[in-house]
Amino acid sequence: MTGETTSAIVKRCEAIFDDLNFTLAREWKEAEPGRKVIAYMPVYVPRELIHAAGMLPLGIMGGGDNLEVIHGDAYYQSYICRIPRSTIELGVSGRLDFVDGMLFPSICDVIRNLSGMWKMLFPDVYAKYFDVPQTYKDEVGGVFYTNEMREFLHDLEGIAGRKITDDDIRASIEVYNDNRRAINELYALRAKQPWKAPASEAYLVIRAGLVLPVEEHTVLVREYIAAASAQERPLKDNSRVVLTGMFCEQPPLNLLKSLELSGCYIVDDDFILISRWLIGDVPTTGDPVHNLSQAFLHSSMSTAAKYEPDQEEKGQFLVRAVRETGAEGVIFASTSFCDPALLDRPILQNVLKAADIPFIAFKYAENSGQMQPIREQAGTFVDSIKLWSAA
Amino acid sequence: MKPSVVKAQPADVLKDASMLKQKEMMAAHYERLTSAPQAGEKVASTFVPGNLNELIMCFDLVNNLPEVNAIQSGLRKQSGQYIMEAERAGHSEDVCTYVKSDIGMMLKGNIGPNGKELPRPDVLLLSYTGCFTFLKWFELLREQYKCPTIFLQTPYMADGKVTPNMIQYMVKQLKEDVIPTLEEVSGVKFDIDRLREYLKKSAEAEDDLVHILQSGKNKPSPIDAYFGGIYYIGPIFGAFRGTDDAIDYYRFLREEVDERMLKGLGPVTPDGPMGEEKYRLVVEGPPNYTSFRQFWKMFYDEGATVVASSYTKVGGTYDYGFRHDPDRPLESLAEYCLGVYTNRNLPMRIDMLSDYINEYEADGLLINSIKSCNSFSAGQLLIMREVEKRTGKPAAFIETDLVDPRYFSAANVKNRLESYFQMIDQKRGSKGAAA
Ligand code: SF4
Ligand code: SF4
Repeated sequence: MTGETTSAIVKRCEAIFDDLNFTLAREWKEAEPGRKVIAYMPVYVPRELIHAAGMLPLGIMGGGDNLEVIHGDAYYQSYICRIPRSTIELGVSGRLDFVDGMLFPSICDVIRNLSGMWKMLFPDVYAKYFDVPQTYKDEVGGVFYTNEMREFLHDLEGIAGRKITDDDIRASIEVYNDNRRAINELYALRAKQPWKAPASEAYLVIRAGLVLPVEEHTVLVREYIAAASAQERPLKDNSRVVLTGMFCEQPPLNLLKSLELSGCYIVDDDFILISRWLIGDVPTTGDPVHNLSQAFLHSSMSTAAKYEPDQEEKGQFLVRAVRETGAEGVIFASTSFCDPALLDRPILQNVLKAADIPFIAFKYAENSGQMQPIREQAGTFVDSIKLWSAA
Repeated sequence: MKPSVVKAQPADVLKDASMLKQKEMMAAHYERLTSAPQAGEKVASTFVPGNLNELIMCFDLVNNLPEVNAIQSGLRKQSGQYIMEAERAGHSEDVCTYVKSDIGMMLKGNIGPNGKELPRPDVLLLSYTGCFTFLKWFELLREQYKCPTIFLQTPYMADGKVTPNMIQYMVKQLKEDVIPTLEEVSGVKFDIDRLREYLKKSAEAEDDLVHILQSGKNKPSPIDAYFGGIYYIGPIFGAFRGTDDAIDYYRFLREEVDERMLKGLGPVTPDGPMGEEKYRLVVEGPPNYTSFRQFWKMFYDEGATVVASSYTKVGGTYDYGFRHDPDRPLESLAEYCLGVYTNRNLPMRIDMLSDYINEYEADGLLINSIKSCNSFSAGQLLIMREVEKRTGKPAAFIETDLVDPRYFSAANVKNRLESYFQMIDQKRGSKGAAA
C-alpha cells in the first residue's frame, strides 16, 4: 500500500468511521475460530491486557451523527448527554451482537450507571465497570489498580479459555508503545505543519485505531504521516488553537471541518484520548501489570475525569499544550450536559486567564447539525486572535 | 470542643420532642459553625454520602456539608438567585445545581441559614462516594479557598459486592492520607479509642433510625418516608452521627412513631395529621426543595403516603443491616461509604426498590428524576420499567430539580401525580373485577 495518497488513506479511515456495524471487527473475529472482541467506552482502559489475551479491543465512542436513535431515547431523559443513548442504540439494534465483553471506564456517573444497565439489558455478555484510582501513591492507588487489573486479567482468561502470561503482556505493551509513538509523531507533525495534516483527517486516522488491530493501525498512521509530509498543501493564514473538552462524546466530523473552515489550525486536542493516555513508553521489562499501573499513576494525560491533587498543577496541561504547539488560543468544546467537562471548564478558563491565553467556549452533541453559529464564533475568535497578536 | 448536648425532655413535649430537638440541634450546629473562627475552631467541609463525621469529630473539627447548605438555600428560596449568580460567573446551565447554589452562595457572601457568614473551610475532605460531581465540586472550592484537600476514593460497587481490594484501598487511604492530614490541619493527635466511642454511639442511633424507617410497613404508615423522611435523616446524615444528641433525637422520634403506630395514626404533615391513607408509594430520587411544601401537599391532599424511599439511603443503607462497628473502626467507615445508595450499581438499586414495594406493600413506584443529577438520574427509565415488570405494580416518572426553581413546574407535576393515582385506582379496580 506504499505510495497511497492522503486522500486515499483518509477515505479508508472514513469508511471505518462510518461503518456502525463494525464490519472489520466482525471479519477479524470470524477469520479464526475462538477469537474474541472486547469493546470499551471512553476514556481509558489498558488495551494491552485485552491484546495480550489475543482479543481485539474495540473502541465504542457512541453513534455519531449518522445513527438514527430509535430505542435509545426511551432509556434517557432529555437532560442527559447523547453518547449513552446512542451506545444503547448500538446494543439493542444488534450492531454489537458479536462483542464478547463491554468495558465502562470510570469517567463519570452516566457511563458508570450504563455499566449496570448493560448488565440488565445484555445479561449474557461480560460487562465490567473498569475502576481506576484517583489517588496516585504507589502503595495506595497503585496497589488498588494493580489488583483491579489482575482481576480483569482473570476475567479475560475466563473468556479466552487460556492463561495470559507476563510475556504476553510485555509483548502487547511493546506493540502499544509503538502505536503511541506513531500517534505522537502525527501530533508532532500537526503542531509543526498543521496545513499538512488537518485535524479532521488526523481524527479519522486515529479513530481507525479503535477498530483496527493495533499493529495494522500503527502502519496506517505512519503511512498517513509519510503521505501527508510529502504532499504540498497551501499554508493558510489560520490561527493555531488547542481544542479541549471532547474526551468522551465525540464531535461530529463536520464540527472539526467547520472549525478548520473558519480559520483554525487545530494543533492539539483531547478526542480519542485513549490513544495518547499513557505518556511515553511503558517499560517492557519487569512486572508488566505494575508497569502499566506506574504509567497510569505517574505518566498519563490530564483530563476532567481525573482528580488533580495539586492545585498548582490544575489546568497546567492546557497551558503546556498551548506553549508546546505554539497555539494562540484555546477552544472549549464541551458536550451538552457533561458534568465533568462543564464543571472543569471554569477552573481551566481561570488558569488560561492567568496565563494570558485567549479562549472561547461552546457546547455540542455528537449529532449536532447546525454548524453556522459555531463557525461564526470560531471565525470571530480567529479574527480577534490576529488583531490581538498584531497589536 | 465537643458538640454541645442539647437537652429536651420527651415527657414535657411528648408530641414534638423530636422536632424541637432537631431544630435546636440544627440551630446550635449553625451557630457553632458560623462562630468557629471566633471560637478558634477549625472547619472541615465534606459530603453527605461518605460523611466521616465520627472521624471529623476525633480531630475537634466542625463538619460543614455544602449539600446541606444547598438544601437550606433551596428551602429558604435563596438557591434560585445563587444559581443565577454562579451562571453569571461562567458556570453552565447544564450542571448539578447543588454545586451552583453553593458557589453562588459563596459569591454572595456565604451567608448561612442563621443569617451569619459561614466560615472558610480549613480543610476539604473530598469523600468521593457515589457521585462524580463531588470531585469537580471540591476542585472548584479548592481553587477559591486554597486550603488542604484530602481525597478519599470509594470504589464503585459495580458488581454488587464489596471486595477485599476495595476495603484495603480505603483503609490505606484513611491511614496514609486522611488521618495524617486531619492531624496536621487540626493539631490533634488521632485517638482510635475516641473513634470507637463515637462509632458505638452511631450504631445506637442507627438502630432507632431503622426502626423508624421500617415503621412504614404498617398500615397506615405512621411516617412519610420521603417528605418526613428528609427530616428524620437530617441529624444522622449530617453533623450529628456519633453524638449523644443523635441518640436522644432518634429515641424521641422512635417513641413518637411507636405511639402513632399504636394509635393507628398516619404521618404528621405541615397541615396537621394526615387523613385516610389511600395510596402507599415507594419513591426513588431526591425531592425538590424549592417548592418542598407544595410538592408534599400534592401527595397528602390525595391521601398518598410514601412508605419507603431510596433518598433516605444516600447517607447509609442501615436497613440492609449495616452498622458502624467500634471493633473494626476503619474497615467499618470504609464499608459505610461503599454501601451508600448512590454507590450501588443499577441492578442493586432495582432490587432495593422492588423489595421495598413488596415488603412495604406499596401500590407502586414513583420516580422523581432530577434534571441536574447524573448520579441518580442516568438509568432511571430502565429502573422504572424493570421494577414495574418485577412487581407488577404501576410506576410513574416526574421531572423536577433539587434546588433550581426554574425546573419545578407545579401544574405538570400535579397532573402527572393525579393520573398516576388514577392508574393505581384502575389497577385496583381491575384486580377487584378479576377476583
Ligand atoms: S459526555 Fe460527559 S457526561 Fe456524558 S458520558 Fe461522557 S463524560 Fe459522562
Ligand atoms: S450530581 Fe446529584 S448526587 Fe452529585 S452532588 Fe449533584 S445532586 Fe448530589
